[in-house]
Amino acid sequence: MEHVREFFAAERGDDGKAVGTSLARSDALGHVTGQTQFYADRQFPGMLHLKMVRSPHHHARIRSLDTSEAEKLPGVVRVITHKDVPANVYTILRLIQVEPNDEPVLAEDKVRFKGEQVVAILAESEAVAREAVARVKVDYEELPAVFDVEEALKPGAPLVNEYHGHNWFTYEGHHCRRVRHGDVEKGFAEADHVIEERYESSPIEHAPVETTGCIVVPEANGRLTCYSNTQALFFTLDNAGLILNVPFQKLRLIGGTVGGGFGGKVDVITEPVAMLGAMLTGRPVKYAYSREEEMQVSSPRAAERLYIKDGVMNDGRIVARKVRLYVDAGAYSRHSPYGTTKASAHMPGPYTIPNVSVDAHCVYTNRTPSSAMRGFGVTIGDFALEVQMDKLARLVGMDPIAFRIRNAYRDGDMKAHGELTKGAALVETMQAAAQIAGWPISAEDAAASSTRAGG
Amino acid sequence: MAKLPLIFTVNGAEQAEFVDGDALLVDVLRDKLGMTGTRVGCGQGTCGACTVLIDGAPALSCLTLAVRANGKDVTTVEGLAMGGTLHALQTAFAEGFATQCGFCTSGMLVAAKALLDRDPDPDRDAVVDAISGNICRCTGYEPIINAILAAAADLRGARSA
Amino acid sequence: MALDIVRADSVGQAAGVLAGDDGARFLAGGTFLVRAITAGDVSIRTVVLSDGLGLDRIALGDPIEIGSAVTMAQVLGEPHLGFLHPVADSIGGPAVRAMATIGGNLFAQSPYGDFAVALLALGASVVSEGADGEASQDLEAFLAEGPPRGRIVRAVRFATPAAGAFRYLKITRKHPHGASVLSIAAVLPVPGGTLAGVRVAYGAMSPRPMRARAVEAALEGRPLDAAAIEAATKVAADGTMPEDDPQASAWYRRAVLPVHLRRLLSGEEG
Repeated sequence: MEHVREFFAAERGDDGKAVGTSLARSDALGHVTGQTQFYADRQFPGMLHLKMVRSPHHHARIRSLDTSEAEKLPGVVRVITHKDVPANVYTILRLIQVEPNDEPVLAEDKVRFKGEQVVAILAESEAVAREAVARVKVDYEELPAVFDVEEALKPGAPLVNEYHGHNWFTYEGHHCRRVRHGDVEKGFAEADHVIEERYESSPIEHAPVETTGCIVVPEANGRLTCYSNTQALFFTLDNAGLILNVPFQKLRLIGGTVGGGFGGKVDVITEPVAMLGAMLTGRPVKYAYSREEEMQVSSPRAAERLYIKDGVMNDGRIVARKVRLYVDAGAYSRHSPYGTTKASAHMPGPYTIPNVSVDAHCVYTNRTPSSAMRGFGVTIGDFALEVQMDKLARLVGMDPIAFRIRNAYRDGDMKAHGELTKGAALVETMQAAAQIAGWPISAEDAAASSTRAGG
Repeated sequence: MAKLPLIFTVNGAEQAEFVDGDALLVDVLRDKLGMTGTRVGCGQGTCGACTVLIDGAPALSCLTLAVRANGKDVTTVEGLAMGGTLHALQTAFAEGFATQCGFCTSGMLVAAKALLDRDPDPDRDAVVDAISGNICRCTGYEPIINAILAAAADLRGARSA
Repeated sequence: MALDIVRADSVGQAAGVLAGDDGARFLAGGTFLVRAITAGDVSIRTVVLSDGLGLDRIALGDPIEIGSAVTMAQVLGEPHLGFLHPVADSIGGPAVRAMATIGGNLFAQSPYGDFAVALLALGASVVSEGADGEASQDLEAFLAEGPPRGRIVRAVRFATPAAGAFRYLKITRKHPHGASVLSIAAVLPVPGGTLAGVRVAYGAMSPRPMRARAVEAALEGRPLDAAAIEAATKVAADGTMPEDDPQASAWYRRAVLPVHLRRLLSGEEG
């Protein structure tokens, strides 16, 4: 970290001794006086309110779209459909070469989850915008929907996302992200015990107290200023530029103050359509999720399902671990192809196991698209792995801490995804935790170290 | 639709506005008076971010039609600091790390003030009850509860000194 | 879109406005009605304010009369209504309690309406006023049929229960205050050693607060002992029609109802 000290010495203005001291938050005074400015705390003359016509169905074909009654309503300034979006289909992570574009800004011929954006209404007030939303007529032909990751992978399952052509994300030609290390079948054959367990989680909504939203203001110099509570200003700027087909320097993003995010505000949903609205009307546009929208359509943490099969010896050594892991991406990729890769690389957990096989599937279903949330791709897997470790410890009659110290990775061990372990501190962490909790450990375990070979 | 007159007191100063029938108190405070410290988190009376005092009693400004505040005395987070001096609650929240993203903070402070105004020596259960209509998603409730108890002790000390 | 605000001079005048306008609603605390307006219920075109109509008074006679615009906080401030304090205290945080009214609670849909559950157990009647004057209706009928059109609820009336006879519990997932998984209110008088005039009511076990008639029948005329409690517990879920909502599934509500009823009757809870 020395170079950081050198580069930022002036900006830091400290002596590098902050660790162990209690420093006041720089934003605390603004927070307690109410002076902190969130994106919605700005007023602009002539500001329009954007409300969205959303899919009432999980999966449906759009036969026709009639916005004429909405357009007639006094106070409605503009109605936006997919035809108005310069480059309607995108995927957030195209910025880091994830392909293909699989998500429309506004639905074209199909909706793939309940609450999907179909038509945007811009009106003088929220009340008018809401009434106009109710006047838009969409003729849907409902399609069979699939909500379960394993059902979605079966032959004959409803095809969720045509841009992929099948209900899984393709990793370098493979139907899942794979990790192979040693010979897992040989490991099972040699093991004293083999067990397989199933783990599953539900989607989890971040529920920030401030809902997702933005205000876009057209400036006299031709630029658009976007005040947003996004957690990902540059993802938003670049994706918006590509969607709107405008040079990046025409867009100015102002953010940084987020009323709770937890990963739920890294998608690029409200800004591009609000920017388009400002471009088409020349007026400021506010697009803020209602609480109901925040709960229904903002990306949750992905639901995951894991099957963990382990081979373990009577002396407590895990000799083989095979993991089948399913991440429910919902209808679109968003951050899930990345989260699934992260999940696969996280296996088999912080343990040295000579034979490991992981198949991590990123699966499309007709559920709300999932995305980032605190440690996504890792948290659910860790839950499953640690419950599994307790079960294995019981199976071989070992203390759960002793069992983990036996299998903990040490510096120099090769990880399943092919990287050498460096700076491991698991053994020491467990020793400290045992001491704090008053959990007895053996003299041998108390003397164990991450810098020496395990066992 | 004719606008309706609204004459009321906000943080000690008289205000007069003409408002629509469906205007909410929180919208008048934020959009007309520029007092954006009062936040809107749910618009359903569930999160408490919009809590203000009306004639000393806690109220959800997102569920209060503005016209009903006519003739009333409203206190918002902006009214807690008097003459540039922070209220003991504000100091305790800032020093006790009882504010993280800051979005729930205004409502928490106002709800806590409603408690301390009528009970200068609340126990922990009373503090928990006082903020039971306010949702926090990142700070965590423990530092908030501790800050309110610390502020109460601070105010009692100041009074007896 | 715009909302008409009407300040009436009397309850009768307010009732007249409601009778003549389909889009008119009477506004008390606003915790349901303003929420609906904000959420975009465009059928509401006119709001008649309850302010200044004298509906916010408590009369401690026999029967007790609580005005429809009395708030939960006012109930909590009245020492003579101590047996109802746990009920009023269970309705939301301090801000909701300072706004939410007794009258409004009669219109609540599951999982709300816990004060109405208590009133149902107390055998309350609902006093309303319309063009033809004042009338009284049994709360159970009021909940079943809805209030007659063009009438305004003035108050609820009920007799003070025998000392210690009223019991109440509310189960929530969020603590200390949240919406009901279920609530139970009971009046269990034991004048001569056996139960007489038992009334038991549930919240969140059907779309509106309901009487637990099978439970009442199982208890009536018996001493409140283990055998009676066992008999009541067996029929606890009879006639219930709970809904699935974010608090709990219908299945869960039915499954835990007998457990909480047993605890309420045996005095372990509530």
